[in-house]
Amino acid sequence: MGLDDWILALHVLSGFAMASTLVMYWVLIVAMRDIDSASDTLLYGRLATMGNRVVIAGSVGTLLFGLWLAISKPEYQPWDGWVIAALVLWGASGFTGSRAGTEYTKPFNRAQELVEAGREGAPGELRALNRSSAGLVMHTLSSVLILLLLAVMIWKPGA
Amino acid sequence: MSVVAAIRPDEWNLPLFVHVFGAIVLVGGVLTAAGALGYARGNTALIRAGYFSLLAVALPGWIVMRAGAQWIYDEEGFEGGEEPTWMAIGWAAADPGGALLLAGLIAGGIGVRRLGSGRGAGLLKGTLVISLILLAAYIVSIWAMSAKPG
Repeated sequence: MGLDDWILALHVLSGFAMASTLVMYWVLIVAMRDIDSASDTLLYGRLATMGNRVVIAGSVGTLLFGLWLAISKPEYQPWDGWVIAALVLWGASGFTGSRAGTEYTKPFNRAQELVEAGREGAPGELRALNRSSAGLVMHTLSSVLILLLLAVMIWKPGA
Repeated sequence: MSVVAAIRPDEWNLPLFVHVFGAIVLVGGVLTAAGALGYARGNTALIRAGYFSLLAVALPGWIVMRAGAQWIYDEEGFEGGEEPTWMAIGWAAADPGGALLLAGLIAGGIGVRRLGSGRGAGLLKGTLVISLILLAAYIVSIWAMSAKPG
């Protein structure tokens, strides 16, 4: 096994970390739809925080190891159409993912405020934040973009 | 070997997409289950979410991953006994891993049912341990399937 084989493995493992965490976020979105208590919201928030660390590490690793391979491997070039398409999809999914993250961070921040104030908040307040439709749209977009990215990596159109 | 994989015939792409998509859902489901069961500390809602993730996400993911694996295996025309090392590692994670996933589901299912009576913690801990073992096995198999040692 050469260095490029190891880099390819790290690239794929990073991709799995990124995409699998999107699956985790889907489970959290579904599971939190009926959560209305500050303590439960914060508990789910700890799992989301773990997911955030994994998705950031995966995103950065996917990009860096992917660029390494595009430069190092003689059969690929960084300016190949499918590589540029993958970079655009990576950036777009990162943007929509971070927008979704912004929306879904609101209930965690509000829950933290409530716990620090020793209150549980108005009935339905946290549930409404946990059911963010803007967050759902952004996460759906992010997931579709990641699926397209996977398709580009497998089919490599134009290669 | 990876160069050969990179220039694989076009007809292998769809089964590979199905295989990888299923594997992503499987790993995501197991990762969520491990995280939820690990962080739950007795919180029933989070325990149920973890078990739901294993049952309704990881299990369908395993089925799609395994179907995609069989599809591409048939396309590649391998016959028993001539598989390379990386493929043997993949099978080892897929089939015994599937049995382990099933064991985790059974233990977790009984554990969740017993939650109401204040029991089941040991079984759910077992499901957590199985999820962590599966995650480790999947990391090794993803490395093997992409770096293709041997």
